[in-house]
Amino acid sequence: MSTQPDLLYSEEEEALRGAVRDLLTDHCDAAGVLARAETDTPHDLSLWKELADGMGLAGLLVPEDRGGQGATHREAAVVLEELGRAVAPVPYLTSAVVATEALLACDGDTVGQELLGDLASARKTGALAVGLHTAAGGAFTSVRAENGTLSGTVTGVADAAVADVLLVPADDGGLYAVDADAAAITPQTSLDLTRPLAEVRLDAAPGRRIGDAGPAVRRALRAGAGLLASEQLGLADWTLTETVRYLKDRKQFNRPVGGFQALKHRLARLWLEVVNLRAAARAAADALATGADTDVSVAVAQAYAAPAAVHAAEEALQLHGGIGMTWEHPVHLYLKRAKADSIAYGTAGAHRAALAELVDLRAP
Amino acid sequence: MTDASELRRRTREFLAAHPPAATGRLDFLRARFDAGLAWVHFPEGLGGLGAPRALQAVVDAELEAAGAPDNDPRRIGIGLGMAAPTILQYGTEEQKRRFLKPLWTGEEVWCQLFSEPGAGSDLAALGTRAVREGDDWVVNGQKVWTSSAHVARWAILIARTDPDVPKHKGITYFLCDMTDPGVEVRPLRQITGEAEFNEVFLTDVRIPDSHRLGEVGDGWRVAQTTLNNERVAIGGMRLPREGGMIGPVSRTWRERPELRTHELHQRLLKLWVDAEVARLTGERLRQQLVAGQPGPEGAGMKLGFARLNQEISGLEVELLGAEGLLYDDWTMRRPEKVDFTGREAGYRYLRAKGNSIEGGTSEVLLNIVAERVLGLPAEPRTDKDVAWKDLAR
Repeated sequence: MSTQPDLLYSEEEEALRGAVRDLLTDHCDAAGVLARAETDTPHDLSLWKELADGMGLAGLLVPEDRGGQGATHREAAVVLEELGRAVAPVPYLTSAVVATEALLACDGDTVGQELLGDLASARKTGALAVGLHTAAGGAFTSVRAENGTLSGTVTGVADAAVADVLLVPADDGGLYAVDADAAAITPQTSLDLTRPLAEVRLDAAPGRRIGDAGPAVRRALRAGAGLLASEQLGLADWTLTETVRYLKDRKQFNRPVGGFQALKHRLARLWLEVVNLRAAARAAADALATGADTDVSVAVAQAYAAPAAVHAAEEALQLHGGIGMTWEHPVHLYLKRAKADSIAYGTAGAHRAALAELVDLRAP
Repeated sequence: MTDASELRRRTREFLAAHPPAATGRLDFLRARFDAGLAWVHFPEGLGGLGAPRALQAVVDAELEAAGAPDNDPRRIGIGLGMAAPTILQYGTEEQKRRFLKPLWTGEEVWCQLFSEPGAGSDLAALGTRAVREGDDWVVNGQKVWTSSAHVARWAILIARTDPDVPKHKGITYFLCDMTDPGVEVRPLRQITGEAEFNEVFLTDVRIPDSHRLGEVGDGWRVAQTTLNNERVAIGGMRLPREGGMIGPVSRTWRERPELRTHELHQRLLKLWVDAEVARLTGERLRQQLVAGQPGPEGAGMKLGFARLNQEISGLEVELLGAEGLLYDDWTMRRPEKVDFTGREAGYRYLRAKGNSIEGGTSEVLLNIVAERVLGLPAEPRTDKDVAWKDLAR
């Protein structure tokens, strides 16, 4: 490989980070997220409106001539780092990345393009009706297409509860746009309190075929997996920072417990994992933006990010001691998100299996 | 003052004046140094042009394309990576002019006389004594783990000049002539069978005061420059994908399908991912340096590479199965350069064990990361305010 990915953050990207972080500091504190999690409206739609519409972040991946901001995956990744750091309950990844990528793949259809503009401008929120666990290239449920209507059930659809439009793969190979009002969407009790899943049931629902499901779903899930690594970086970075802060403050045996080597070494190792995760996540975001080496970069990033983010959250819980086990302390929100993220868009194992083919290290 | 195109022009002019095919290797290297193209970030007159360090890549690419000889950096790594930056930072003008050129051309190989049998991780506890006698210092003591001592012309040396003050305060840094009759180098055979390093016994070695680097008693601070550069040198190399220890095992996997098992496949893929991510981290660190934003990430690079090298080479021995029970050669040798990936899998496995010890043990590096990067408190210490002579040993 002669060219290397750009693994740094530009000044503009840092400015974007600052703006998102400021907003989240003011409007997305841990206590608020926790309180909301057990209500009927776990998503924070006013925060989502502020991010998507107020700051114009829903359209980062959409070219300007198609109603978006004309930015790239690199900027979207920075937004996701900050959303991960705050475990923000907003449908950014599912609507502004995954559903948006699916629509970008359907560029021959006028309704699809209109929807793309709606998502980019935050007039609507979208969700791809594929189980969150699905990896790019993996099998997914297709509903039955019959006489121009759709029937069937898809479970485990992230953020479907707040979607205005569903993008539904059907058994005729098409991807259909379905108005959420035409579907029965039932929240599922989810491990991750801040990115809840829902069951989507269609009963002869009207839908508009906007393109082919195969390439659109594959493209959407690949971008989802690649940018999820940046969210996982945000989660891991928060848990490490917060645990270091706590261990400097917490005293036992007449000393700050962060001074004991048994704990320091664990934090130092975690720091190294976060440093590695940052490089892997930046590489994936850059590869998605440039189109160079994308499959390998995304698979590497997810294969590394999933266990690293879970490890960071698990260490944070353990090193907080008893307080880490309480509902009151936010670390469990991060653990639940990290664990759910380790399945989302394919497990680390699924991404390693993909790499075995991509880099020619084949199974026996 | 110097940008990439200017450097490219200078390099091409230099190549035109000194065509590699028609110029002796050493003459070429000396002329390259004099032209300021040796290490462009060094000052003019000392092999550089005061240019940004990142622009060295421009010069190297031109020279490589022209088939120019290099200075065999792996043979003189201690000089280039450790002695040179320390001499540049703390040396007198005379010292810089005397030492840097033959160091860079490889005419004078350097080694590092730091560790001692009683001062490993606690390097500041070192006991080698240097006593002033007229214009000289007389040095007595024993150093250990000294790579390249058997081929070195010069050494960077730290020794105790004041035993009556706490240990960090009584150390002075010297440039030691390895041809002094009081220097005795004995090979120290390693678990690989060869002797890459040595024990060095110093008996009434005389070092002129003009070969002292930095102030008397300031040697610990001077040594930090050396040690920080050592870790950057170990971690900051630019690699292509599969460029490190993962390369040989990946090739074996591809070429020898009969050796594959499912269990090894899972481990190989995990390590391949870890190696690729570590490579990206190194690349990111390099890009930060180029952009003039050095981060603390360098402190962790060596930690990651040590673990990876050990796990990957261990996997490779297992993959080879019956062949993994064999070893290429236990003959005692004295290699002139360090080569982690040379020879066969068994050698790689055994040599990699040193990666978590040499240049600071992984345990010490974890403390450094925890304290200097994360700001966690140090363990309570009992040695800080005690005179060196009163320490337990």
